[in-house]
Amino acid sequence: MKTVNEMKLSFPGKSCNEAFARSAVAAFVMNLDPTVSELSDLKTAVSEAVTNCIVHGYRRQSGTVFLNGKIDENGKVTLRIRDKGCGIADVAQAMQPLFTTAADEERAGLGFAVMQSFCDRVRVTSAPGKGTTVTLEKQIGGDD
Amino acid sequence: MIETEYQNNVLTAYIRGEIDHDSAAKIRSRVDGMAQELKPHTLRLDFGGVSFMDSSGVGLVMGRYRQMKLLGGALQVTNYSDNIYRIFAMSGLEGLGVLR
Repeated sequence: MKTVNEMKLSFPGKSCNEAFARSAVAAFVMNLDPTVSELSDLKTAVSEAVTNCIVHGYRRQSGTVFLNGKIDENGKVTLRIRDKGCGIADVAQAMQPLFTTAADEERAGLGFAVMQSFCDRVRVTSAPGKGTTVTLEKQIGGDD
Repeated sequence: MIETEYQNNVLTAYIRGEIDHDSAAKIRSRVDGMAQELKPHTLRLDFGGVSFMDSSGVGLVMGRYRQMKLLGGALQVTNYSDNIYRIFAMSGLEGLGVLR
């Protein structure tokens, strides 16, 4: 499908940039005229993915978060959120609802479950020591 | 970001704006500080002014639930929107009996 718009962002993995990232994505998709619910879903999923980069990927170290976005001619939004942090040894386990490695920091273990519930498709690729890439897809508006 | 009211042994925290990993840490520290000082029988978290919440909000609620248990009090969560409820429902928070 033909790409009609795209963007690339990179920013330091600081928690203040969680709000920046979801607001930037909201602005990026605005000309698709999303419903309040579509916009809220996308912002929530992005917030989860970027928080994962900061809390888990770059745990106790600094690093850059990369956020690429694409919109195709049918209004499908694809967002790729990537860190070059510690990576995930067992992605299937990490995606289990309520599984968390940071319970003492009050992380609920729902990040991937929220992304899956609020997007049409979620893909995760990760390699220990190299980092993690999360790809979110969501259709905005009708399919045709 | 947060306003509090203490009346009849009930501490109410009116949370405003967005709840994410960044803001949850600040809300947690403010609410826990007041709860430890006042030892209310009920801590009420009012979500009426919350415009956005990700799963950090679930951690915030679960953590305050544990905190109030330790202090011998109870937690109530009120005035949340449908969007916020969707995330609460995914977490099994309903089983704690704190949602009003």
